[in-house]
Amino acid sequence: MVAVFAVGLFSSAGAMAQQPHPWQMNFQKAATPVMEEIIWFHNWLLVIEIAIVILVLALMLYIAIKFNAKANPVPSKTTHNAPLEVIWTVVPIIILVVIAVPSMKLLFFMDKAQDPEMTLKVIGNQWFWSYEYPDHGNFTFDANLTQKEDLPDDKKSLYLLEVDNHVVLPADTSIRLLFTANDVLHNWAIPSFGVKMDTVPGRINEAWIEVSSKHMGTYYGQCSELCGVNHGYMPIAVDIVSKAEFAAWVEKAKEEFARVDEPAVDVARIGARGTTAGR
Amino acid sequence: MSDAAAAHDHGHDDHHGAPAGWRRWVYSTNHKDIGTLYLVAAMVAVLIGGVFSFMIRLELQSPGLQYIEDLQFYNVLVTAHGFVMVFFFVMPALIGGFGNWFIPLMIGAPDMAFPRMNNISFWLLVVGLLLLLTSALVAGGAGTGWTVYPPLSNATFHSGAAVDFAILSLHVAGASSILGAINFITTIMNMRAPGMTYHRMPLFIWAMLVTAFLLLLALPVLAGALTMLLTDRNFGTTFFEASGGGDPIFWQHLFWFFGHPEVYIMIVPAFGVISHVVSTFSKKPVFGYLGMAYAMAAIGFIGFIVWAHHMFTVGFNVETRAYFVLATMVIAVPTGVKIFSWLATMWGGSIEFRTPMLYAMGFIFLFVVGGVTGITLANAGVDIAFHDTYFVIAHFHYVLSIAAAFGILSGFFYWFPKMCGKMYNESLGKIQFWLMFIGVNILFFPQHFSGMAGMPRRIPDYPEAYAGWNFVSSIGAYISFAASLLFFYIVIQTLRSGEKAPANPWGEGATTLEWQVPSPAPFHTHDQTPDMRPQPAE
Repeated sequence: MVAVFAVGLFSSAGAMAQQPHPWQMNFQKAATPVMEEIIWFHNWLLVIEIAIVILVLALMLYIAIKFNAKANPVPSKTTHNAPLEVIWTVVPIIILVVIAVPSMKLLFFMDKAQDPEMTLKVIGNQWFWSYEYPDHGNFTFDANLTQKEDLPDDKKSLYLLEVDNHVVLPADTSIRLLFTANDVLHNWAIPSFGVKMDTVPGRINEAWIEVSSKHMGTYYGQCSELCGVNHGYMPIAVDIVSKAEFAAWVEKAKEEFARVDEPAVDVARIGARGTTAGR
Repeated sequence: MSDAAAAHDHGHDDHHGAPAGWRRWVYSTNHKDIGTLYLVAAMVAVLIGGVFSFMIRLELQSPGLQYIEDLQFYNVLVTAHGFVMVFFFVMPALIGGFGNWFIPLMIGAPDMAFPRMNNISFWLLVVGLLLLLTSALVAGGAGTGWTVYPPLSNATFHSGAAVDFAILSLHVAGASSILGAINFITTIMNMRAPGMTYHRMPLFIWAMLVTAFLLLLALPVLAGALTMLLTDRNFGTTFFEASGGGDPIFWQHLFWFFGHPEVYIMIVPAFGVISHVVSTFSKKPVFGYLGMAYAMAAIGFIGFIVWAHHMFTVGFNVETRAYFVLATMVIAVPTGVKIFSWLATMWGGSIEFRTPMLYAMGFIFLFVVGGVTGITLANAGVDIAFHDTYFVIAHFHYVLSIAAAFGILSGFFYWFPKMCGKMYNESLGKIQFWLMFIGVNILFFPQHFSGMAGMPRRIPDYPEAYAGWNFVSSIGAYISFAASLLFFYIVIQTLRSGEKAPANPWGEGATTLEWQVPSPAPFHTHDQTPDMRPQPAE
């Protein structure tokens, strides 16, 4: 609970907060370069796709008007037209190549952090998230769903998004995210970050974020892999704060939260932990 | 060999009348009766699966938990809905139902190659359905999703017998499909009328041949995976257990190696149906026949090498994802060939907009809508934004719930006069189409928006912000449900008081062999093998 208040202090007025809003028809706003690229690429895909749908619809309407039994009582007997068939095979191939090039660029861009400045470890549990800060004293804490009755009246719409302990991360920092799980598959997803990664027992997955200080604020996400009865009840909340605020928060957090006892970035350990706890 | 089987069957059945009473159905070795049994089973299953989806949409109509307090039960509903619709509605209707009825009729064969295997194939399906329903009723049910991902599906997290029952159900249903596939392949390869070469087979036969090969190659992989899961659960093996050196991701590979061909198993037969309907009601032969046939074969082949596009978030290295992106997008090319060839078949035709044709045109347009969102999802980069959201639900319901089901409905209205000898009421049929068309679009289109906004799949309750589109979606579900009930009314009304159907109710466009036998098709047909060799006049 203390952390909630601490978070409240840090979120400066006018900061960007991203959560879904009623009747939303599009993506949540991008906070990372990856999500910006995703949105750009998707908008471009959408143009091509809408054009294809409209083409087919227009052809069908034309056919329905022009070639119905009343308008055209005598059917033609055409069954072949080689040039036409070549065209509708080759043109889609060209369109696919045009799609594939930016798609590959996006894919390789989003893959791994270049020279990350810090690491956050994310561990999925039935049904809460655990976080570890190996580069900042290796403290750890859990984030559990905030029940509806515990939310203030003006924040009821955050039910199923809000948690008791927010993840706090610095802006303008390249951050590596490492993922694993203790029991079953989960998936850590924040729409605005363009991050959605399975947490798998016995495996470590990686993603990265870098949020500009222009986009400081609170971001929400939900578990995105069916993980049992309370799958819908383990949301994710991340505060992006300035580097100074982050440093202050780390000092408080080190006192408040327990240390992970073992050495910090020992990849093999997470694997072993995930697997033994899985059974 | 199959010649021998055919000859045997001929000698056995030809000289005495049809068996009557329950024996006719339970012991049936007649392809038409078995086809009818499959269709009836599919109708029972779609009611069960439809009630499940109705309950899901009722719960999701507004935020908060309305009706379902037990969240495991919600997951069981989601799981059972998927299983029932895939394994016990779409597959039995398109493959067991239409396949059994019309493969022998269309190729000029007196029956299937292995009539007794046909019988066991159907009854195994019934056993599978019963096992699946049992699974939902014991030990809290299987709340794993139809993908049954371990560790959630292992003995630690689903300790009761429910998942074991689900596994056995799929095993039995899979065996049923494998037997059916062997029967179809043998029949199509060996029992075509003289002159009906592979390149002169009706496209529905091509579709069933491709589908049968997909079944034959994909289902044993599922069976192997299910067996490993069963031994993981009950005998202490660790195929999918990280702690024992296994890997949960290994399951996903095996499951989707089956699961992706499975989606083509559901849609390729519908491709076949649509080709016949479009050609019949345009009164034109199918445009680009060879392209159509080989497009289906190509889709079937590529379907086996793209499975991991269902797994873009499991943490593959980037090169693996790049390969699966590119391979997946290739499927758009043969699919495009099919879409444009259907349009070209209509082009210049003299089209009658009867109910089957409306469903076929609905199929084509909405399959394109579901197809382009498939292109979106194929790109691993943007898929990060969509994976496991309602956008995916919208995508695969457009291609399955809408397209495959429209294929079934199109084929049903098309062949119903042949099967029962009576005509359905055309006006009611058209009303039913429009109701269904409007219902499914209101149901599934808004889910694109919920998904883009970030709403995850398989959750019983959602943040308030998603309420609007979910409400619209639920309204669409109720309309679709009403349309389904109207369909059942039409079936019953036709059977009770439909006008007598002629052998060929569709006129000059209906050229395949099934329209040359009387309606309803008599118990035995093609006693004399039709001669399909090219006539000088042709």
